[in-house]
Amino acid sequence: MIGLSNIVKRFGDNTVINDVSVDIREGSVTALVGPSGGGKSTLLRCINLLEIPTSGTVRVGDDAIEFKPGTRASTKTIQTLRRQTGMVFQNFQLFPHRTAIENVMEGLVTVLKWPEAKARERAAALLEKVGMAHKADAWPATLSGGQQQRVAIARALAPSPKVLLCDEPTSALDPELAQEVVDVLGQLASEGTTMVMATHDLRLASKIAQKVVFLEAGSIVEEGPAGEVFGNPRHQRTRRFIASITHQHGDGGEG
Amino acid sequence: MERAFALPHWLQLMLDSLGPLLWAALVFTAPLTLLSFVLGLAVGLGAALLRLFGPAPLTAIVRFYVWIIRGTPLLVQLFLIFYGLPSVGIVLDAFPAALIGFTLNIGAYSSEIIRAVITSVPKGQWEAAYSIGMTWTQAMRRTILPQAARVAVPPLSNTFISLVKDTSLAAAITVPEMFQAAQRIVATTYEPLILYVEAALLYLAMSSVLSTLQVRLEKRLNRYGGFLEARS
Repeated sequence: MIGLSNIVKRFGDNTVINDVSVDIREGSVTALVGPSGGGKSTLLRCINLLEIPTSGTVRVGDDAIEFKPGTRASTKTIQTLRRQTGMVFQNFQLFPHRTAIENVMEGLVTVLKWPEAKARERAAALLEKVGMAHKADAWPATLSGGQQQRVAIARALAPSPKVLLCDEPTSALDPELAQEVVDVLGQLASEGTTMVMATHDLRLASKIAQKVVFLEAGSIVEEGPAGEVFGNPRHQRTRRFIASITHQHGDGGEG
Repeated sequence: MERAFALPHWLQLMLDSLGPLLWAALVFTAPLTLLSFVLGLAVGLGAALLRLFGPAPLTAIVRFYVWIIRGTPLLVQLFLIFYGLPSVGIVLDAFPAALIGFTLNIGAYSSEIIRAVITSVPKGQWEAAYSIGMTWTQAMRRTILPQAARVAVPPLSNTFISLVKDTSLAAAITVPEMFQAAQRIVATTYEPLILYVEAALLYLAMSSVLSTLQVRLEKRLNRYGGFLEARS
């Protein structure tokens, strides 16, 4: 069970997340959608504490941390919670000085102190799963964006996180390469991987998300099952946003 | 017939003095260069980390240190350490005095290089390292420094090559390194042109070896690709 309760995030006087609560069921896929600057990435980054909420509670599994203004959570507590999450970034952020398989092994060897051979075995299996086994020894710089993102997904999954966080996983990719990534994420979803993704790729969201949370200006405008929010949005604002994005896609524009 | 095999005077003198010069290079110039570079890098790394991540008072101390070292002549620093400090009761032998002087110098210059290359690694690399559970130290050691090292090789090679030549300043505080060995031979042979050309050539040879090593190191660190490579 992953939960965000009453999350507030301020940068100076600017409130980026304003009292947002989201519950994420185990084995489900949740998409955070909404316009740029609406707070979806920040909210996602609050789950693994790359952003520290100004106030509110973050819960992953049995660990929960309550944040209050003026107090600081210890690095150790933050790490304990963070180690139950995995993250995929918009720009992949593979370690360029390590090969594909070394990228996947890194967390197992350095953080979990697995022996090299065991880590290599698991990394190879994960690369197989994302269709990248044939590029195990390639440097990231020699891979296409879609291939890099698939390796990044394997890296994020390596320590068996309770939740996979995806921050605009397809936004840096052209539609064809994005499809490879959508396929991999879809396969993970069907296997019951708990996922939260910030995205404005409606193809991605509608294909694999069960629940959609529409965020604007740091607040939830609408949330519900993906079919309802996309097919029959209740709020005017949501309708307008979805129409604008669908229109873009119709024009052959980027997602 | 014998005269036909005699070498020109200048070449004979160079060959005769090669032994003492190389010996001085081996016993003083090389150890002084290597030791002060390694120690200087350690000081530089520590100073850079404090400057970037340390508490405010320590950051101020580091800035002060860099300001003083960069703002005063190396020769004056060496004189202060060797000739000046005895006035306050700190008496050092010539070699340790030179070692301290060069180490402080390399530390200040390299700290700025190291600071720059650490900040050149994209923030996303820190986040990627944190996202797989690394601590700050693990992220620094495994992710940031290896990438920073690649960028650091050309500027640190500059520092290293300058250092080889700057060790000749140690002659002024009585360290019998290679340049001082040349001076001594000049004092008995009165052949400054020949001896100083020879010394210059030997410094050039040492720098050339280092430049070659730099190219090889760059090749090795560039092997993962993804950036413009220099022509060679």
